[in-house]
Amino acid sequence: MRRRDVLLGGAVGLAAPMVRGAKAQSRANTLLVVSESGPNNLDIHGIGTNVPGYEVSWNCYDRLITHAMKTLPDGTSYYDRDKLIPELAEDFTVGANSATFKLRRDATFQDGQKVTASDVKWSLDRAVSVGGFPAFQMKAGSLEKPEQFVVVDDRTVRVDFLRPDRLTMPDLAVIVPCVVNANLVKSKATAADPWGLEYTKQTTAGSGAYKVTRWTPGTEIVFERNESWWGRKPAMQRVVWRFIPSAGNRRALLERGDADISYDLPPKDFAEVKAAGKLKLESIPYSNGIQYLGMNVAHPPFDDARVRRAVAMVVPYQTSMDAVMFGLARPMFAGPAHPTEPVWPQPHPYDTNLAAARALMAEAGKSEGFETTLSFDMGFADVNEPMCVLIQEALLQIGIKTTINKIPGANWRTELNKKTMPLFVNVFSGWLDYPEYFFFWCYDGQNSVFNTMSYQSPKMDGFIDTARRAAAAGDTPTYDRAVLDFIDLAWTDIPRIPIYQPYVNIAMQQDISGYQYWFHRRLDYRSVVKGA
Amino acid sequence: MLRTFTARLATAVPSLIGVVIVTFLLTRVLPGDPAAYFAGPTATEQSIAEVRHQLGLDLPLWAQFVRYVQDLIHGNLGQSLTTGQPVLNEILTRLPASAELVLCGLVFAIGIAIPLGVLAALKQGSFIDHACRVVTTAGVSVPVFFTGLLLVYVFYYQLGWSPAPLGRLDVFFSAPTDRTGFYLIDALLDGDGETFRAALAQLILPALTLGIFALAPIARMTRAAMLSVLSADFIRTARAAGLSTATVVIRYGFRNALLPVVTTLGMVFSFLLGAAVLVEKVFAWPGIGSYAVDALVASDYAPVQGFVLAMAILYISLNLVIDLLYTVIDPRMRVAA
Repeated sequence: MRRRDVLLGGAVGLAAPMVRGAKAQSRANTLLVVSESGPNNLDIHGIGTNVPGYEVSWNCYDRLITHAMKTLPDGTSYYDRDKLIPELAEDFTVGANSATFKLRRDATFQDGQKVTASDVKWSLDRAVSVGGFPAFQMKAGSLEKPEQFVVVDDRTVRVDFLRPDRLTMPDLAVIVPCVVNANLVKSKATAADPWGLEYTKQTTAGSGAYKVTRWTPGTEIVFERNESWWGRKPAMQRVVWRFIPSAGNRRALLERGDADISYDLPPKDFAEVKAAGKLKLESIPYSNGIQYLGMNVAHPPFDDARVRRAVAMVVPYQTSMDAVMFGLARPMFAGPAHPTEPVWPQPHPYDTNLAAARALMAEAGKSEGFETTLSFDMGFADVNEPMCVLIQEALLQIGIKTTINKIPGANWRTELNKKTMPLFVNVFSGWLDYPEYFFFWCYDGQNSVFNTMSYQSPKMDGFIDTARRAAAAGDTPTYDRAVLDFIDLAWTDIPRIPIYQPYVNIAMQQDISGYQYWFHRRLDYRSVVKGA
Repeated sequence: MLRTFTARLATAVPSLIGVVIVTFLLTRVLPGDPAAYFAGPTATEQSIAEVRHQLGLDLPLWAQFVRYVQDLIHGNLGQSLTTGQPVLNEILTRLPASAELVLCGLVFAIGIAIPLGVLAALKQGSFIDHACRVVTTAGVSVPVFFTGLLLVYVFYYQLGWSPAPLGRLDVFFSAPTDRTGFYLIDALLDGDGETFRAALAQLILPALTLGIFALAPIARMTRAAMLSVLSADFIRTARAAGLSTATVVIRYGFRNALLPVVTTLGMVFSFLLGAAVLVEKVFAWPGIGSYAVDALVASDYAPVQGFVLAMAILYISLNLVIDLLYTVIDPRMRVAA
């Protein structure tokens, strides 16, 4: 990388007089993306790859299959959860016990080698073998062992199913099962690093539409279009992604027209930009995501459902929507008494009702109130801090005195894992947009890290299990009933209180088009177009 | 001179050993579990344990320390997990970015503060003395990130005079050939005027921000030192002997006042490197301060240790330089040594 910088620097030095003309031209072909922080690893299979790293993987690697796009009534391009289409596979068939994928003839890796079935097998083996997040994500779709991936011939791969699971196919379309240039990466592997993770950490080795040509961690990452990509040529020749920690400056860069596109503006800035009306905005709910107030049900006082219901009746829902989110979220409160449709997320029946809350507290023998701590993740302090202050004030009305406990982002996961925080705000969203997926993670008695409340209910586990089995068997009536049942139970027992569904907020210049919403909420450069 | 030098160097060794031990222990008692952080959003106990093992965090503390010291001896500062790069490389590329910024800020501050301090001392109680007081007080009492944001707002957002606060260079320029790591110098060595201008334009606002913050200590110290020197007997003698005001003030007054000012400059340089963290954040400057802070937030041990070590070495050498400068400025120091 250093050598390339030197060469580039030298080239610019020689070509200095031509810079101005070239600059105007390259600006039209270059997309300038700004966001708060950047990737720490270019390979999603790496140790601890962060969320910005997912964006790199998505744009630089291909998968066997992907999702089709659909247009929502409001004109937004949104991935179609139910429609899987071929990507590296030109064709695929799904049987009862396996799926077979026929690879495209014209797909090559960025170094010119052909994409073969053994590359696909090696990549999928890698995803289930490296441990950590990738292996875990694969497991969510019952993809657990290398033996499941079989090379039939040079262009054909078969994936054997461990058990009927409707999440297996969608799980092959998420970011993790990307196809890596096996020959290239194997040549860089060592005994200590059999999967070549050190190499792919710094270099992209895929067949995707873009490749990383320069990466200065913490400063910028530069992508160039892969001119030999098999798909339709993306419009942007170059994508420069700069990391601008100050939200105010990101906003200034957009408003001055210097940056093309930015996400993760704080809600307040986004609302103001919206009011000013100069920029083009997209504001789309997180699929399968909810911000909630959780309570530890394993310990008093929140082991009493009456106390939890009382809390659910004092949460300052509307104030949080107005003063914290500036309306940029979908309310998840004040809905009908029972769920009407088997969809998730949907609003729960509780709303602010002080008298009823006090009555419940009295009934639970807690009319005197009690003291507890309210924790939040400082990594998202923009939203969490004002919201916790509002909740603190509101809880005081029914005698619950809270001390706010700010937890640094690095520590948040550890604290969640300990499951000792009595009261906390948090957000969870699942890549796979299915109610039973959300509930399996967040409410099931096997107590995953996201069952942050330590909620245990055999009845709940039964409903979730029924839903998963019914989904795999294609038994819609049973499935719908089970989903309605577990949502209803989640509302009655209310171990966590959903507040709202957050929005992904993207601001861009008027001449940028082609934004697509994906389940991973990162930017897909392939569809972005600049200029009229 | 050589003896001073070696004696000073020898005193630096125990401080360095101390720094190594303290940073190692400090990073270990930080709250937060790097394994949980890096295992990602859908980690389980098992995947966290796997990551912990990969990072060597399941070893006993002493074994981790032995490992760390061995790596250090081989010049290996470890790998940053947040950026995925070797720490030594990153420090070597980021330190010049910070140093360039801080030096430019310091030059600006010196250019304003020293004349201001001298004038304030000469015309005590006058308009210029009050102006000096107001400017320095304002400069030091406004937080740097606020000054930074204000300058961006006025000169970039409102007036459009300054380029976008996007770091060291505009997106459409490539970095000059890496020789010193200082873009201004490297661009000049390349003979590339365009890149030089672009780098300079990016540098002005952050350097101003830092400079404004540094005005106060330098100006106040210059004023105080000048006042005490100007009231000394030898100045009265010089004046009585009919020497011109310029000779009295500059040759006899200022030179004698320089000693405390140089000491202050050393200190100011050190704390500017610290203050630069916020400026780096505001201006997306790829400096060493923001690097260390990001690492700290992620409980990423290696960069924090590397940063503290680099800073310790920098301070020690800075102090050494200042000690040597004393002997140049004040001949009496040479005799004493």
